[in-house]
Amino acid sequence: MSKLLEVKDLKVSFNTYNGEVHAVRGVTFDLNKGETLAIVGESGSGKSVTSNAIMRLLPEPHGYIKEGQILLEGEDIAKKTSKEMQKIRGKDISMVFQDPMSSLNPTMKIGNQIMEGLIKHQNMSKQEARKTALELLTLVGIPRPDVRIDQYPHQFSGGMRQRVVVAIALACNPKILIADEPTTALDVTIQAQILELMKSIQQKTDSAIIFITHDLGVVANVADRVAVMYAGKIVEIGTVDDIFYNPKHPYTWGLIGSMPTLDSSDEELFAIPGSPPNMLTPPVGDAFAPRNQFALEIDTVMEPPMFKVSDTHYAATWLLHPDAPKIEPPDAVKHRMQGFAQTGTKGGGKR
Amino acid sequence: MTRYLLRRVWYMLITLFIIATFSFFLMKILPGSPLQAEDKLSEEQKAIILEKYGLNEPIPVQYAKYLGGLVKGDLGVSFKFDNTPVTTILMDRIGPSALLGFQALVVGSILGIILGLLASIFRNSPIDFSSTIIAVIGTSIPSFVFAGLLQYVFAVKLGWFPVALWGTSAHTILPTIALAIHPMATAARFTRTEMVEVLHSNYIITARAKGVSETGIILKHGLRNALIPLITVLGPMAVGLMTGSMVIEQIFAIPGIGEQFVTSVMVNDYPTIMGTTLLFAFGFIVIILIIDLLYGLIDPRIRLAGGNK
Repeated sequence: MSKLLEVKDLKVSFNTYNGEVHAVRGVTFDLNKGETLAIVGESGSGKSVTSNAIMRLLPEPHGYIKEGQILLEGEDIAKKTSKEMQKIRGKDISMVFQDPMSSLNPTMKIGNQIMEGLIKHQNMSKQEARKTALELLTLVGIPRPDVRIDQYPHQFSGGMRQRVVVAIALACNPKILIADEPTTALDVTIQAQILELMKSIQQKTDSAIIFITHDLGVVANVADRVAVMYAGKIVEIGTVDDIFYNPKHPYTWGLIGSMPTLDSSDEELFAIPGSPPNMLTPPVGDAFAPRNQFALEIDTVMEPPMFKVSDTHYAATWLLHPDAPKIEPPDAVKHRMQGFAQTGTKGGGKR
Repeated sequence: MTRYLLRRVWYMLITLFIIATFSFFLMKILPGSPLQAEDKLSEEQKAIILEKYGLNEPIPVQYAKYLGGLVKGDLGVSFKFDNTPVTTILMDRIGPSALLGFQALVVGSILGIILGLLASIFRNSPIDFSSTIIAVIGTSIPSFVFAGLLQYVFAVKLGWFPVALWGTSAHTILPTIALAIHPMATAARFTRTEMVEVLHSNYIITARAKGVSETGIILKHGLRNALIPLITVLGPMAVGLMTGSMVIEQIFAIPGIGEQFVTSVMVNDYPTIMGTTLLFAFGFIVIILIIDLLYGLIDPRIRLAGGNK
């Protein structure tokens, strides 16, 4: 598999009245063709900021890429001018947003909103673009596209609007599709439909997907690989099997343990104590240490490097150091992992 | 749509009837009489005049007669201006007022929108601050101050335009500018506020993510959404402008409705006052109808709501 996107030591900061907020503090990952990478983490962990940095949609000049490279097929898009970025956005990388109710222009027919990118990036005539837009609407499963194409967003339901947003994102066959919590604002049955839609489209178009979510159930359902983010860093990255069957980082344990499942009614949910650190003054050492019941002394002094677990699996915790005490995940997490093994990972965490 | 329009016209007639009734009885309560300045007339002469104009009849009879005239489109006869029908006076006078108002509205709103747009694009820059200052000056200083200033600088000192009076299109320029400043300031303020808000909305990020250029974002996605609330403010302002600004017309000695209105109030010319009031009301109602229809054009969400009824 060839590397489509390489993010190397990406650092993103925001200048606020109180000082510099270090939202992303050195994120490194890569993305292969046709692959789905899920980025998970709680609110404020920097996952959306990472994706906005890749799209170069940070609210410049307050939010900016401080350091690092974002290589799209070898070319660093962190260094592109905003004019050059206009040619990449929507064509090579496109994005599906969280809230379909507000991410469509209320005064523009949805057909025109889909056609806009086609006319700009593919130099299509209006007729060609309209034809393609009709095909796209069919592809995303909107009934009677010939009527719907001339309607306005308010005439669509939330799920249908999200399909339109997906159609807009797919219009120019992007190499990478970034989905920033695309199902969070939808109800559960619609969520499943949108996820199915994205999976089937990926099979047809072979584009890579970066899937940002805080819902581990969704991750198990759609992703090939998972990156777990905490306090602006990736703390663990691996295949879905690595993360769900063999998690190494205590934060990942916490996330898995706090997943509600259908058969978990009689057991207590595992909660991660405390709250994420203030990114105005990132802590010294391991940012997760204050909330980590397994924290070692070194965690408060030195940041753990990425330890290799396997060829596909890395985690940043001192627990993986050869000299560290052997610590097993808490029982609740183990129980959950066994549950995955019984039902199979795919859909294992589905509510 | 036709049913909607018919219903609106019906409401307009009711509104006009109420306003006609109110203004009629207010005229009766008003102290003084049309003859108070005519000291040289004897009591007998006055009685003859009152008789002639029907002013000695009981008030309910006068009211019924007035309404009867209204239905036929007759606003009565002016006491002051050589027995001319009020309709004729208003017809003669509406031209200059409407022309000035229209020019001022077009110039003011276009300049204001441009100013507001620039301010919202270059937010917190010197352009933004100057636009704010212009807007504050424009809204807080009354237009007659500008009128005097404009007359002094451009007519008296520079001699580019006539000081006052009516005739050529050169005569319209200074009063148009004086009238346009207020709508310009309002439009600039509103456009800026709305644009700043619109440019922060999610669909603008969607447009950016599509690779739309900044110009496209502002003109295609931003402006249309920002204009919706602006129309609400500019509508009523348009009526005020088109039916004549009393002060500006006085200053520039323009034979418009506003000037006419002031004169007729001074001399208790009842039919003319009532006629002008009705004309203002009529203009206001029509413009509000136009605004509602315009809303539908600009905002598809409202169009559907109206069409469904």
